[in-house]
Amino acid sequence: MNGAMNIDNLSPYILTLVTFAPLVGALLLTVLPRRDREIRIISLIFSLLTFFLSLHLPVHFHRSLSGFQYEINEAWISSPNIHYHMGVDGISMWLVVLTTFLTPLCVLISWKSIHDRVKEFFILLLILETALIGVFTSLDLFLFYFFWEATLIPMALLIGVFGHERKVYAAVKFFMYTMIASTFMLAAILWLYAHTGTFDFVVIRDQIARGTVPNFPAAAQWLFLGFFIAFAVKVPLFPFHTWLPDAHVEAPTAGSVLLAGVLLKMGTYGMLRFNLGLFPEQARSNAPWIMTLALIGIIYGALVAMVQPNMKKLIAYSSVSHLGFVVLGIFSFTQLGLNGAMFVMLAHGVSTGGLFMLAGILHERRHTYEIREFGGLASITPVYATSYLFIVLASVGLPLMNGFIGEFLVLSGAFHARPIYGILGATGVIWSACYLLWMYQRVFYGKVTNPINNSMGDMLGVEKAAVWPCAAMALVMGVAPILWLGAIDPAVHATLNPIAQMLSKVVGQ
Amino acid sequence: MTANLNLWLIPVLPLAGATINGFLGKKSSRTAVSTVGLFFPGAAFVWAVVVVFRAWDGLPYQEYFAHWIRSGSFTADFAFYLDQLSLVMLLVVTGVGFLIHIYSVGYMWEDPSYYRFFTYLNLFMFFMLTLILGNNYLMMFIGWEGVGLASYLLIGFWITKDSAASAGKKAFIVNRIGDFGFLIGLFLIIEHFGSLDFTKVFAQVQPLVPESSAGLLTTIGILLMVGACGKSAQIPLYVWLPDAMEGPTPVSALIHAATMVTAGVYMVSRSHVIFERAPIALTVVAIIGTLTALFAATIGITQTDIKKVLAYSTVSQLGYMFMACGVGAFSAGIFHLMTHAFFKGLLFLAAGSVIHAVGGEQDMRKMGGLRTYIPWTFLTMGIATLAISGIPPFAGFWSKDEILWNAYQNNWVYWLIGVITAFITSFYMFRLLFMTFFGDYHGAHVDEHGHGTHGHDGHGHGEPHESPWVMLGPLVVLAVLSTMGGLVGIRNGFEHFLDPVFGSGVAEASSEGASRSMEFALMGVSVLFAFLGLVLAYVLYVSKPYLPQKIADALGGFYNAVVNKYYVDEFYAKIFVKPLVDGSTSILWQGIDRKVIDDSINDAADGARRVSDEVRHMQSGNLRSYAGWVAAGAACVIAWMIWLGVGLGAGK
Repeated sequence: MNGAMNIDNLSPYILTLVTFAPLVGALLLTVLPRRDREIRIISLIFSLLTFFLSLHLPVHFHRSLSGFQYEINEAWISSPNIHYHMGVDGISMWLVVLTTFLTPLCVLISWKSIHDRVKEFFILLLILETALIGVFTSLDLFLFYFFWEATLIPMALLIGVFGHERKVYAAVKFFMYTMIASTFMLAAILWLYAHTGTFDFVVIRDQIARGTVPNFPAAAQWLFLGFFIAFAVKVPLFPFHTWLPDAHVEAPTAGSVLLAGVLLKMGTYGMLRFNLGLFPEQARSNAPWIMTLALIGIIYGALVAMVQPNMKKLIAYSSVSHLGFVVLGIFSFTQLGLNGAMFVMLAHGVSTGGLFMLAGILHERRHTYEIREFGGLASITPVYATSYLFIVLASVGLPLMNGFIGEFLVLSGAFHARPIYGILGATGVIWSACYLLWMYQRVFYGKVTNPINNSMGDMLGVEKAAVWPCAAMALVMGVAPILWLGAIDPAVHATLNPIAQMLSKVVGQ
Repeated sequence: MTANLNLWLIPVLPLAGATINGFLGKKSSRTAVSTVGLFFPGAAFVWAVVVVFRAWDGLPYQEYFAHWIRSGSFTADFAFYLDQLSLVMLLVVTGVGFLIHIYSVGYMWEDPSYYRFFTYLNLFMFFMLTLILGNNYLMMFIGWEGVGLASYLLIGFWITKDSAASAGKKAFIVNRIGDFGFLIGLFLIIEHFGSLDFTKVFAQVQPLVPESSAGLLTTIGILLMVGACGKSAQIPLYVWLPDAMEGPTPVSALIHAATMVTAGVYMVSRSHVIFERAPIALTVVAIIGTLTALFAATIGITQTDIKKVLAYSTVSQLGYMFMACGVGAFSAGIFHLMTHAFFKGLLFLAAGSVIHAVGGEQDMRKMGGLRTYIPWTFLTMGIATLAISGIPPFAGFWSKDEILWNAYQNNWVYWLIGVITAFITSFYMFRLLFMTFFGDYHGAHVDEHGHGTHGHDGHGHGEPHESPWVMLGPLVVLAVLSTMGGLVGIRNGFEHFLDPVFGSGVAEASSEGASRSMEFALMGVSVLFAFLGLVLAYVLYVSKPYLPQKIADALGGFYNAVVNKYYVDEFYAKIFVKPLVDGSTSILWQGIDRKVIDDSINDAADGARRVSDEVRHMQSGNLRSYAGWVAAGAACVIAWMIWLGVGLGAGK
């Protein structure tokens, strides 16, 4: 009883602790001497500490409640009226945990592969983690936007400084694309502030729902689009996706892991939280073309992935395909579809994060991602080959692995919304098998075609420590999705509720 | 009320075996690996037998294990279901499966990846048993996809062999095409019945009247059949199964003959409540089955690779089973599924023994005369050949006769094609037997160094030699089953056993006197045709061996078409694969992605740059300067917002 009380006392501060723990680590690193080994260890300690702190969230989460939990709401700046308002529901909580789960693995996978400017690298990584967590915990739009933009700088620097050959081009492209798109969201946020006098998400949502925001009906569609464009570029939704393959190919492994694993989810999370939360009516009326773009993304992304000669580009395009599932699920407005979308977000983070780490391991040894450079690796590096296959199977959506649960729920939701959406989306199960298994065959099966590869070493301890947690998580999520869905389900229900009410009003009229 | 049977143990035991060998096998001795690899599926078999005795009077039996997916009102749990249908499957899979595990100890002993083989084989058993025992379609789908994975891994077991890798990938992808249909079918079921539990769905379907035109149940039925076509290698998705023969022979026996490929038949039979109310879907099943039976059999005639003959034969026999389902005789289909597991499992294992004996050779033209070298293999394979050809009293006769009789009552065309197929079956099977075991041995006497062309299977000793008893034992047991296994069908015994599942259906009405004599007449015809096939094969391949070549020459183009499997693979490659790859490369990627989207954006960016000459230093590529610009921009934005806030504040 006493212990429970103590933990409950922690609850108002836990989100602050989780969000800023990595930043504290980063600040500590700035004052430390450039001793690479210590820097790595301290980064690992802080990222692990953040992870364990974040586990407080699901452990003490009240699954039966649907609103925000662990809330903290303090006035920060009185004019403009900005609050330090944080809180998570069953949706954002898991994205926080996903971030804190992946970051220590990023530290591990960078252990040996980053030799230059080690200190800067890990500082950026930890700053990025804080910014990412902040995006998911903020309930004040100003705070949200601050963290949203704050993710850009460390990520662009990670790509631009620590990336490969065309790193600057990729970094600038990434930066410009998402920065320009974000300005639309900023405009929408400022409009809302000007008309409600607050940045508070909950307050604005309730005011919109009650219809007390002046001029809202006229502006709603533009506001919806303002948010949507920022999110669509981030996801990225077809046809805004072309920054992604370039960014991934040039990014260092850890950058790719966080980019695909978490950064893209900022877009889909934004859609779920803001486009659906604030503008249920517009979300509904815009759903057909958005779902169409999502479907194009699923099929197009997969087909383009299939013909990529570069392993990392292949995985990047596969992300376009997978994130298409998420958007499809979100705009299906069904419990199944949204639960599934949420699950795909998490599953994709884990399995694609794993795939990027595995690609990075290859690059570490051969300094290339070209598929044709390899072949027959299964007989040289069996542990690596087995680990790779495991993650591939998760990504292909084998039942009892995480990919299946999300895709199945999304597709059945989309099918309910309109059968053709479910049917076209379901072709994704064929395409993903095509591009992943074909790539796997060319890299791992057959005889060793390139003699250089004969001297390739199998996975190192630190690499196993980075990849295997992803593999294990992919399995646990597939076998016991209930652990996640239990919290997701009521949050999704709450998100859908205003839309359901709106519909019943329409039907009533 | 039956006591708790702990059904979950049956799939989980082999999973434990797979896990142990997967993690520890590499460093363990072969003996340890074999012990683990045999103990767990063996224990599953024993437990299955125990379950049969304990559950006999308490069927159907359900067992809840744990939650799996809960989303809104939709649930799918880890739960098990046992009725007479799953009971038959359970015994076949654990029984035949265990025998093939034993055989594999001998067959794979010298393989460097011995532990990996048993890991995969046990993993397969786990998924196959999940498929059979699941109490809802999603559990079935776990098994369904899982056996596909095991199949993929085992076809590509010899990882350095390119053709094996391609075959594994092809199997997986073609199966996925079928799964696509299966999934859509499941979505429809969820949409209309709100559940995937067998009992809940079927309880809602039961009161519905048969659809006179294509409706919901018809659509569901056809979609499920698409899935079945993938897994059970029916037209148009059969193309992966012949290629799957790249895998080790025990795999062909277990997965690609006795168990996994029959999953489609099981699934359709399990869904009989739906199919019975969707006559159009049933007709589709019957037509696909009948055509596949005939089509694959004709290809079987011309193949010279011993395993390829058996592969096409499997496709053809599966066609029989679907023919049975399609005419509503589900129990006859399951009967044939069982006897087929005995004799086709045996044929593959015996073929493995032959390949083993001749140092890895699979080309029958390089065999011949082997009956004196490997008499036990010859004897058992002979029994299996008699069984599959439908010669009484061997197992295949009873089940095939059951199917043909039911087909005849539905539509004589099915029967006719069935009998023709039976004739062809008997012909190509005896052709195989004669080419392999009769005449003179044509093979090279392989020495210690030269393995056969198919390398991996080979051992390379001097004379063809009989296999060890660890391999022959399972052959003998299966030979006994292939001989006697059909007797359970006497007086429709097998059918009556399944009555609680399928209801007393079509066959019951037939026990009248007049149709009885008709049944015997038809039986006589099919047996006659089976003997004709035997005789023809004897003439062509034993007494006048120069004739086949002459016939082939006379047929010319048609013969070539059949030898080349009617060019279906080439057709698919040209119509589907190549356009997809080329189109994705040149149109989608190079075209839309690079040219349309990226170039237009870069052009826009260039235009913007030209306009702003003053800020040209932005293009310096120096990231610090970008960061500086960003910081400056952000500062401006924040300043603006504060100003806005002040302004608004003042406004109030």
